[in-house]
Amino acid sequence: MIVFLRRPGASTLWQQKNLEGYVGFASLPNQVYRKSVKRGFEFTLMVVGESGLGKSTLINSLFLTDLYSSEYPGPSNRIKKTVQVEQCEVLIKEGGVQLLLTIVDTPGFGDAVDNSNCWQPIIDHIDSKFEDYLNSESRVNRRQMPDSRIHCCLYFIAPSGHGLKPLDIEFMKRLHEKVNVIPLIAKADTLTPEECQQFKKQIMREIQEHKIKIYEFPETDDEEENRLVKKIKDKLPLAVVGSNTIIEVNSKRVRGRQYPWGVAEVENSDHCDFTILRDMLIRTHMQDLKDVTNNVHYENYRSRKLAAVTYNGVDNNRAKGQLSTKLDTVEGMSPLAQMEEERREHVTKMKKMEIEMEQVFEMKVKEKVQKLKDSEAELQRRHEQMKKNLEAQHKELEEKRRVFEEERANWEAQQRLEQQKLEASRTLEKNKKKGKIF
Amino acid sequence: MASTDVARQPDKGARPLSLAGHVGFDSLPDQLVNKSIYQGFCFNILCIGETGIGKSTLMDTLFNTNFENFESSHFEPQVKLRAQTYDLQESNVRLRLTVVNTVGFGDQMNKQESYQPVVDYIDRQFESYLQEELKIKRSLHNYHDSRVHACLYFISPSGHSLKSLDLVTMKKLDSKVNIIPVIAKADTISKSELHKFKIKIMSELVSNGVQIYQFPLDDETVAKVNTTMNGHLPFAVVGSTEEVSVGNKMVKARQYPWGVVQVENENHCDFVKLREMLICVNMEDLREQTHTRHYELYRRCKLEEMGFKDTDPECKPVSLQQTYEAKRQEFLVELQKREDEMRQMFVQRVKEKEAELKEAERELQSRFEQLKRLHADEKAALEEKKRLLDDDQSSFSKRRAAAQLLQAQSLTANGKKDKDRKNSGFM
Repeated sequence: MIVFLRRPGASTLWQQKNLEGYVGFASLPNQVYRKSVKRGFEFTLMVVGESGLGKSTLINSLFLTDLYSSEYPGPSNRIKKTVQVEQCEVLIKEGGVQLLLTIVDTPGFGDAVDNSNCWQPIIDHIDSKFEDYLNSESRVNRRQMPDSRIHCCLYFIAPSGHGLKPLDIEFMKRLHEKVNVIPLIAKADTLTPEECQQFKKQIMREIQEHKIKIYEFPETDDEEENRLVKKIKDKLPLAVVGSNTIIEVNSKRVRGRQYPWGVAEVENSDHCDFTILRDMLIRTHMQDLKDVTNNVHYENYRSRKLAAVTYNGVDNNRAKGQLSTKLDTVEGMSPLAQMEEERREHVTKMKKMEIEMEQVFEMKVKEKVQKLKDSEAELQRRHEQMKKNLEAQHKELEEKRRVFEEERANWEAQQRLEQQKLEASRTLEKNKKKGKIF
Repeated sequence: MASTDVARQPDKGARPLSLAGHVGFDSLPDQLVNKSIYQGFCFNILCIGETGIGKSTLMDTLFNTNFENFESSHFEPQVKLRAQTYDLQESNVRLRLTVVNTVGFGDQMNKQESYQPVVDYIDRQFESYLQEELKIKRSLHNYHDSRVHACLYFISPSGHSLKSLDLVTMKKLDSKVNIIPVIAKADTISKSELHKFKIKIMSELVSNGVQIYQFPLDDETVAKVNTTMNGHLPFAVVGSTEEVSVGNKMVKARQYPWGVVQVENENHCDFVKLREMLICVNMEDLREQTHTRHYELYRRCKLEEMGFKDTDPECKPVSLQQTYEAKRQEFLVELQKREDEMRQMFVQRVKEKEAELKEAERELQSRFEQLKRLHADEKAALEEKKRLLDDDQSSFSKRRAAAQLLQAQSLTANGKKDKDRKNSGFM
């Protein structure tokens, strides 16, 4: 056994060691095989098409069994007024492998006069299966997670030979992102090979034109396989014929349709593409159909559903524009993590708001305080001025008074003097008078 | 990663049908296997054991290569875990193997917390997977699964019994990971001692309620070999990457003076059994058990911790959506409350500041009034003084005028007198 050893992340340094012994993990595939057989498999197939296109017959031919028999009549025997979605479960075993097969039929599709919205019950059914799976996956106590999701949808196109009908296009456009759609040309034994070729080309052209995403075969590393896949792709959409009867042709017992002009053999690849369909659907790509349903269609449904939940309570302040750019980062998280993120954003938003409000507050306070200071200063100034004024007046008055007092004092002094003089002269006179008398 | 969907039991409506020919869905397991091979496999082993007990050597021996290891010292202050990932290939099968070794396990004086880093590591891997699973946009099929699938617990070959550290650690881990106990360095125990040792270990595990990994018995193809192997637990192993020539072959062995211990000789040790069970037969089952049992337990506990329930108080089933919505409501209410609180606080502050400023204004106003009054008083006083002065002045001028008048009068009187005198003098 050769063991290659390579450290991921290191440069391409391959160490090749030829060792005698073996390790044994090459048996892992066997272990997986064993376990899967023990578990058993399940597959859900949906068939859609107008009544009379041979859907039930094709299913019977595909699985070589009488899914619909006289005991369990298929939906084709019943007339429906509206589109129904009916399930039928069977358990089949082959080579030790057990398969729980569910066929979902859609009787009434396209049969009414007005077929607008006839796809709605189908879409609802697919979504309800996704919802069931999502709910059981999201439970706290998970036991078994039964997978009843639709893994594949066979869409039957009427063999008009011209092109797709508006109903076909509408249906496929609405369902191509929810389920693996495989379009089939039904009752292909009404078309000659050339007509069939034309028809196929036309259909594929229209499918591309309307950007319908039908189920694509995955690329593999294997050259051989890729070549086979390419051959199949060239034959899309597959033209099929189904039959419930076995006819003897050239001493072989084959399934086919007996006509006066010959037998159209179901499993003859020259007659129709039935074998290609069977091989692709059952023998090689059944697992891939399930994987694509799980990894792509279901995940789309889930992320849309959960994104809707988290944006449920969006307040009106968020502009619509904001939402769309946020989705890129949001989708990388779980709803709870996203709420955490929102909480953090809210905290920063609030902090910013707080800072802003704080700033405005400070500014206003400063203004007011400044105003007060100014008026205080003004007051002070005026008070000083007035005081000066008064003092000046005071001084003036003092001066006036002083001058006046001086004047008065002077005059009074003068008066006194005069008075004294007068007194003196009076007394003198008096004395004189007195003296004269003698 | 292999598909993990569980087939449901057929409902009552599912009826068995017989097939008229070969349909071809018996290739389904092959389709599944091909896909798994294409994607590659992934396996994570955790080795717990004391320093120097032979963990790295055993890994090298098991996987036939030389993982880059280096010897660790005995003086690590704490138990650490070192994980290394390698891409291996055998024929067409690619395996991404992660080997996690404990560093410093059992070296500390106080080993009470020794198990904690290991438990934390295991939980971290679970958490990482859970986070991916809960994301809105997730890619589980591309996710590199780092959860620990198998835990090899290395028991010291004392020959007596398990150490209490062993019991404590294994008890903490048995609900989180598949524990496979191995007796390390088994070439130091004799056959009889080994037999007694194994019995003692198993009984101690049972009496302490430690759930080790049991090789599964539900698949008939391997039930028999698994039952036998379950009876040989714990495996006594010897590891060696050196080769010794025995007979005409080079075999992995340890050379002693008294003989050669051959790793792959089933008489010498249980290495081959371990390899068989761990890798060749049950690797896939170990992965499945980790995912469906240990991880689910972790997930359940974590979700319950976060407040998720499957049924609400009235025992009606609650969908995930309802729980998320309820949480979101709570969350929005909380945010709103915070906003309101902050606004309230601000309104309060504004009010307070306003009051302060008003108070200051009023003060200023009263001061202003006061000064005005002072002014008025002073002015009044001044006016009074002025008035006084005016009064004095006017009274003075009156006096003066009066005095002057008197003087003038007296002068004229005197003049008359003089005149009279003069006149009288003539007589």
